[in-house]
Amino acid sequence: MSTPRVGTPRPYITTDALQQAVDAALLLERPLLIKGEPGTGKTELAHDVAHRLGAPLHTWHIKSTTRAQHGLYEYDAVSRLRDSQLGEARVADIGHYIVPGVLWDAFRSDERAVVLIDEIDKADLEFPNDLLQELDRMSFHVHETRETISARHRPLIIITSNDEKELPDAFLRRCFFHYIDFPDRPTLARIVEAHRPGVGPELLSAALEVFFDLREVQGIRKKPSTSELLDWLKLLVADDLPPEALAAGDLRSALPYLHGALLKNEQDVHLFERLVFLNRRREADAKRQR
Amino acid sequence: MLLGLLEALRRAGLPIGPGEWLVLLDGLSKGLGTLDVDRFHGFARLCLVKDASHYDRYDRAFADWFAGRVSRFDALSESLARSIPSEWLDTPPDLSALSDEQRAAVQAAGGWDELMQQLADRLAEQDAPHHGGSRWIGSGGTSPFGHGGHHPAGVRIGGGKPGTGRAVKVWEQRRYRDLDGEVQLDTRNLRVALRRLRRLAREGQPDTLDLDDTVRSTAAAGGLLDVKLTAERRNTVKVLLLIDVGGSMDAHARLCERLFSAARSEFRRLELFYFHNCPYERVWPSAARRHENGLDTQELMRRHDQDHRLIIVGDASMSPYELSVPGGSVEHFNEEAGLVWLQRLQHAYPHCVWLNPLPREYWDYTASVQLVQERMQGRMQPLSPDGIARAVDELKVGLRVGGGMGSMRS
Repeated sequence: MSTPRVGTPRPYITTDALQQAVDAALLLERPLLIKGEPGTGKTELAHDVAHRLGAPLHTWHIKSTTRAQHGLYEYDAVSRLRDSQLGEARVADIGHYIVPGVLWDAFRSDERAVVLIDEIDKADLEFPNDLLQELDRMSFHVHETRETISARHRPLIIITSNDEKELPDAFLRRCFFHYIDFPDRPTLARIVEAHRPGVGPELLSAALEVFFDLREVQGIRKKPSTSELLDWLKLLVADDLPPEALAAGDLRSALPYLHGALLKNEQDVHLFERLVFLNRRREADAKRQR
Repeated sequence: MLLGLLEALRRAGLPIGPGEWLVLLDGLSKGLGTLDVDRFHGFARLCLVKDASHYDRYDRAFADWFAGRVSRFDALSESLARSIPSEWLDTPPDLSALSDEQRAAVQAAGGWDELMQQLADRLAEQDAPHHGGSRWIGSGGTSPFGHGGHHPAGVRIGGGKPGTGRAVKVWEQRRYRDLDGEVQLDTRNLRVALRRLRRLAREGQPDTLDLDDTVRSTAAAGGLLDVKLTAERRNTVKVLLLIDVGGSMDAHARLCERLFSAARSEFRRLELFYFHNCPYERVWPSAARRHENGLDTQELMRRHDQDHRLIIVGDASMSPYELSVPGGSVEHFNEEAGLVWLQRLQHAYPHCVWLNPLPREYWDYTASVQLVQERMQGRMQPLSPDGIARAVDELKVGLRVGGGMGSMRS
């Protein structure tokens, strides 16, 4: 059984509200459902919490084909079939062919574990309902061996969702729900300082200026988020760009420097080019009239 | 005292059951979300609200409920007295928003400048929180300064230190307004709404390995491999989408584009045609070529059988004559009135809805919207996620009953 520890922690800046949500989930032993814009650190939260608690983290990435059973255990019928045809002795014990899943590992952990169920909305609509009992009682029954696996220590369960599907009410009732806001300016500055200590204060404030202006632009489809900002800053620093170059670059007169890190969508880039073009023409007209 | 909050939230339409409520009480008894009203607001939200689109409603209901209880939370009042944001001293309030009576009272108090001077003086004198009464800054009472009080020319004071995330009354900022289900619209939302119209069925060649069934039948055959195949699951609902283009619909182009992209990724069998204002004897397969001949609507109805779900998207805003009188169309001479064609379409497609990008509040002001609504027998919904969800419910009826909507034909 593996006990994955979180190795080198990446810095994570929480807000009071998020901290409170985690505290509540720990104290009242309920799953915590996290939603928020993409790139606001939903998944990172679980890593950070596990690191702070010094607890093993069990991650369960959900795909469209994932079923609830996968998290509990799987019965490897094919191996058993093969072994039986080879006449192996171990085939008599079905327990050899039960492969524990993420929740099994977490339940059997010697200390309180953190379980991350990542992007639960990717799975089938019925998926959350199939987990109700297990999350409520923190135990499940293995039909093949007729044993019941129950948690030695109730794990802290953190669930993330990108809102692609609605989650069933019965499931929501059992969870705490927290929506991660997009960080405000000071919080974002702290996040950047924690992740990219090399960024000078002038470059940072110039970059944040451009970044928030960009988010304000009407009609943009995919607003750049924290992770995009961090990538962009990494590029800027690698390029050794003087802060003045950003400050001078008003959003209306030119596309931001290295905008590919911020704008991920062709239509958004087009929208920008059009805005820039219109503005230049207006300025030129104004000049001519003078 | 807290039950009042539960009632207020339920009145606001939040689906809160006793289970969540007990969790909240349980948490409070363990000291979570106490001592500080912001923490209480946050913790109660954590327990009671399960959807970001309900945050705004929660904030508003919380504000209503909380308004009468200001004085019970000492923490709030402390932060009140401590910091006064400078904007309050800089920006004169919009006096035009006041009634004549109130304006007179402002003047009686010596006008805005005088009031600010008094506030500055009083701030200098005051060094402790104060509630009620008629002079000091604090909550309640009739002092002109503070909040929750009654003074016609009062200055509202209710800010915290900026940037610490501890602004007093976070719920008054209405930060989550955009997330309310009636408001927000993006492709993903629409897809979630449309997805409810799925009718999955296995169709076509059985070419996918059904592992479970194979294992089962192999075991049953005593270990001899018995491979089982199955067909892929597909969404078999057929959708016919008619979109109004041009004129007043230009304002809603983006919205329709989103609906279309959501619908296209959701339904394999989606047919799209365009019309202007109201479908008459012709519809067009492309919005750009609307001035060419297009497709005969009768032909459209012949080609697409009545299993199709018909979704008409349009603002239904036009002259009533365009609907009710032959020859009323603005673009050509139509031999039969628009309502007649609408009726025919409904007859051909018992499962149909009209989605209107105009918010419901405006419908009553336009005669043509009401005419269409009447003809559609109430099956007009606003083009918002909630509206679409309701529309999908209408369209779904037949999926279960099996086309038993003959009574709709008039």
